[in-house]
Amino acid sequence: MSGMGKSAKPASVRALLYSARFRGVLYQVLVVGGVVALGWYLVHNTLANLAARGIATGLGFLGQESGFDIGEGMIPYSAADTYARALLVGVLNTLKVAVLGIILASLIGLTVGVARLSRNWLIARLATLYVEGVRNVPLLLQLFVWYGIVTALPVPRQAIDVGLGVFLSNRGLKLPAPVWHESYWPAMVVLALAFVGLFVLRRWAVDRMNRTGHPFPWLSTGLAAMVLLPLLTLTVTGAPVEWSVPELRGFNFQGGVDLSPEFAALLAGLSVYTASFIAEIVRSGILAVPHGQTEAALSLGLSRAKTLRLVVLPQALRVIVPPLTSQYLNLLKNSSLAVAIGYPDLVSVANTAINQTGQAVEGVALTMAVYLVVSLALSLLMNWYNSKVALVTR
Amino acid sequence: MKSLKAFTVAAVLAVAASPAYAGPTFDAVKAKGFVQCGVNLGLYGFSAPDDKGNWSGLDVDACRAVAAAMFGDSTKVKYSPLSAQQRLPALQSGEIDLLARNTTWTLSRDTANGLNFTVVNYYDGQGFMVPTKLGVKSAKELNGATVCVLPGTTTEQNLADWFRANKLTYKPVVIEKNEELAAAFIAGRCDVYTSDASQLAAIRANEMPNPADYVILPELISKEPLGVAVRHGDDQWMDVVRWSIYAMIAAEEKGVTMGNVDQMAASSPDPEVKRLLGVTAGNGKALGLDEAWAKAIIKQVGNYGESFERNVGQGSKLKIARGQNALYSHGGLMYSPPFK
Repeated sequence: MSGMGKSAKPASVRALLYSARFRGVLYQVLVVGGVVALGWYLVHNTLANLAARGIATGLGFLGQESGFDIGEGMIPYSAADTYARALLVGVLNTLKVAVLGIILASLIGLTVGVARLSRNWLIARLATLYVEGVRNVPLLLQLFVWYGIVTALPVPRQAIDVGLGVFLSNRGLKLPAPVWHESYWPAMVVLALAFVGLFVLRRWAVDRMNRTGHPFPWLSTGLAAMVLLPLLTLTVTGAPVEWSVPELRGFNFQGGVDLSPEFAALLAGLSVYTASFIAEIVRSGILAVPHGQTEAALSLGLSRAKTLRLVVLPQALRVIVPPLTSQYLNLLKNSSLAVAIGYPDLVSVANTAINQTGQAVEGVALTMAVYLVVSLALSLLMNWYNSKVALVTR
Repeated sequence: MKSLKAFTVAAVLAVAASPAYAGPTFDAVKAKGFVQCGVNLGLYGFSAPDDKGNWSGLDVDACRAVAAAMFGDSTKVKYSPLSAQQRLPALQSGEIDLLARNTTWTLSRDTANGLNFTVVNYYDGQGFMVPTKLGVKSAKELNGATVCVLPGTTTEQNLADWFRANKLTYKPVVIEKNEELAAAFIAGRCDVYTSDASQLAAIRANEMPNPADYVILPELISKEPLGVAVRHGDDQWMDVVRWSIYAMIAAEEKGVTMGNVDQMAASSPDPEVKRLLGVTAGNGKALGLDEAWAKAIIKQVGNYGESFERNVGQGSKLKIARGQNALYSHGGLMYSPPFK
């Protein structure tokens, strides 16, 4: 370091070149420069070639009328809407299946992972069979199987009448739904408050438990409040309850809400597949907790279920969370296999947009950007959770 | 996956935009003694090989007609089976001499892509196929239907446009793979399957467990004129290809068939038939061909009607009606300029 300052003589240039620190910096500058130059070259070359061939560039197409329909979506959409809205429908469809998939896969994975460690021979073997059977078959094939199962259901005219206005056919599951009414707002607010109240209650219950040792059934109380309080509000405000019941009219059922076969097949496929990996992660996490902890908990008089919930799982989470994050990210990205079975996710919608506008570069870049942003957000969330459950060293 | 293909095609197009081929195509074909013809990888009725490797189909007949005109022998053809992505670069780069591969004639292909379309040998359009038991007679009755559709090109947009124009609603099911889409349709996931009408007929004949259970509705919702194309730069070759196909149409107009062509040449008093079959000389010389060029086509390949019925019409599994592809005198669009 001291030799770098005096650089008037040739000898010091040589000294500089032989300085490990200087060379370290030099290599880093060269590598970064090389990467930037390569990136610039690729972008410049693409733009120059597109311009030379007179192919339209830019995101101007997003504001144009899309002119194609999408099978299902969470927001109103028609062929008269813009490409931007079509892509938004795709993004929301991707998020819908990813969020529900992550929840379902976690539940199945936790159950199966614990089941593999069960002392019941049959349960443990069944769980092993599930894990080894599911995780060793490509997801795409599994999706085809699920889609085959769902479309093998009877046609709408011979739909299975489950009762209470619920119908199951190869057009999906049709459920009756309450028709939204303006006077439902107070009940919605109460529901939100009850949800927040659940966490407040939990904090209080844990606090009291720590102080006095008296447990409080915060979960069941909180959930009951979440159901009962909004219902009570509905009765008090006297809002009319009107149900939209599915009814066979023309080609298909009209009214109510439906769960499409494509969505069902994709959700089932993604959840079941990812759950097999999560099960192994859960199992390894539990095995990482020394058996002495379990014995100690049992000797204190905790039940087996409580031992698992209060002693083993919180410690296991430290091992589980980092690889679990990868599985969640995999599930999100695997949802792009939706194209194969016709669920209109982001990739499916973007494909059509690219075909119609010919703007493949922009379309693919947008798709990549969306996946990147969502993945980073998810990973940020999981990292925050990880730091929360990590072992605090005192 | 599709986008990656789009990139690749764009890249190939960029490289192939300025073809460098040696000399006019006509001379090159004459010298090598056969026609290199670009066809579909396998589309029943248009171009498909049988179990012995012999190609047949409506597009294949266009190749054979050109060979018959050039060499008096319709077997002097070599086939290049091409995917949709490969077909334009193959013609642009000089790998093939003509492209007869159910290719829609569009302005951009006719200009920017460096191609010249000669004649439309099949007028196609996007249509609808429904199970017969639905009892639907017209696409106008499809309000509220679920429609199976392949993504790509303009199929989805044509579908949306048509339903909007007719103020009807529908639900699309978009699946990328042909087989998966057909399976979903057979399972009853959709009420309707939409694609080009000729492809609907081919799918019905080949993939449906019982073809009679499905009916193709009369409405066509888009224009897909499938033409035979050559590359820019050799007008004589373009003329030969164009008039080879017109000769088949003219023969049907005049009632000249494979069976009666010799007799017609010997005894027909019609001056146009005499010029068509080379009894009155002149047309062959103008094209740079033997005067019996058209006679060879009709004798070996047949007239357009015969080719149509044999490949996609009543003589085939597809059973497609002539419709738009009937002669103009029968309410269709097939029409040959005069052989003068």
